[in-house]
Amino acid sequence: MYSAKIKVTLRKSILDPQGKAVEHSIQSLGYRNILDTRIGKFVELKIDTDSEQEAKKVTGEVCQKLLANPVMEDYEFEVVSVNGKK
Amino acid sequence: MSKAKMSKTKFGVIVFPGSNCDHDAYNTLKHILNQDTEYLWHKDSTIGDRNVVVIPGGFSYGDYLRCGAIARFSNIMKDVVRFANNGGIVMAVCNGFQIACEAGLLQGALLRNASLKFVCRNVTLNIENKKTIFTKAYNWKVNLDNITVPVAHAEGNYICDDDTLKEIEDNRQVVFRYRDNPNGSLENIAGITNKKGNVLGMMPHPERASEDLVGGHDGRYIFESIIDHLN
Repeated sequence: MYSAKIKVTLRKSILDPQGKAVEHSIQSLGYRNILDTRIGKFVELKIDTDSEQEAKKVTGEVCQKLLANPVMEDYEFEVVSVNGKK
Repeated sequence: MSKAKMSKTKFGVIVFPGSNCDHDAYNTLKHILNQDTEYLWHKDSTIGDRNVVVIPGGFSYGDYLRCGAIARFSNIMKDVVRFANNGGIVMAVCNGFQIACEAGLLQGALLRNASLKFVCRNVTLNIENKKTIFTKAYNWKVNLDNITVPVAHAEGNYICDDDTLKEIEDNRQVVFRYRDNPNGSLENIAGITNKKGNVLGMMPHPERASEDLVGGHDGRYIFESIIDHLN
């Protein structure tokens, strides 16, 4: 069994107004050195396979087809073996 | 200018879980324009004998993940994509526009409004191209260069990459532009067609501006254009 941890964020070239709003709020707390706040999504999947290669392949496919829209979003992921932990 | 023997156009209005402008579209087509109109359930595998498909507004699948991302994989959409690729007429409004972009029927995507606010008000649109299947009645039936219709969305901020923008501008695929941009969309784009011109996507709601009872009928001529085109 593998677990995939996937991050989906707006592409760097796209303004993230939600991130900007949060950034202003953080700065209003007094943290003047916190810059460039961006907000994304976190998705966790379990994949029933013993092959790391297979886990990466299906995770990549699911990201491309559904979890991220390449017009506006980037994604990155890591897969971790969870064998022995059910 | 009305034509003596117009046969009724067969419209199909898709219903997803969370659609809410399906009724407005149905009412406009069936009761205002007197067309042969049926609902199409998202689990259906075919659009049947329909000549025109309307992908309505709303919050399909609760807007989970991304607006339109889940609806795009519903059963009926496979047949809608087949229909559109064969030249079938598809009109996608608001959430429908988002679904059509996700499905690859239209280029680009719709981001969260720049203001981060849900905008719900009347807007004025310039009609950029009156030669499309969807806008010709603005030439022959009424002579309008701009229309007033409502918007109601939180994700209507149209974007695409530079090459795509050049392509859709050069091909005159930008059909409607906002006079006073409510959402931050690129080049004030409110509605576009695909390259072949048989699929229209727009954020504003012409089906909610098709009779004076609800404040105006500027939007009605989009549907009349389609009906005229098919007769």
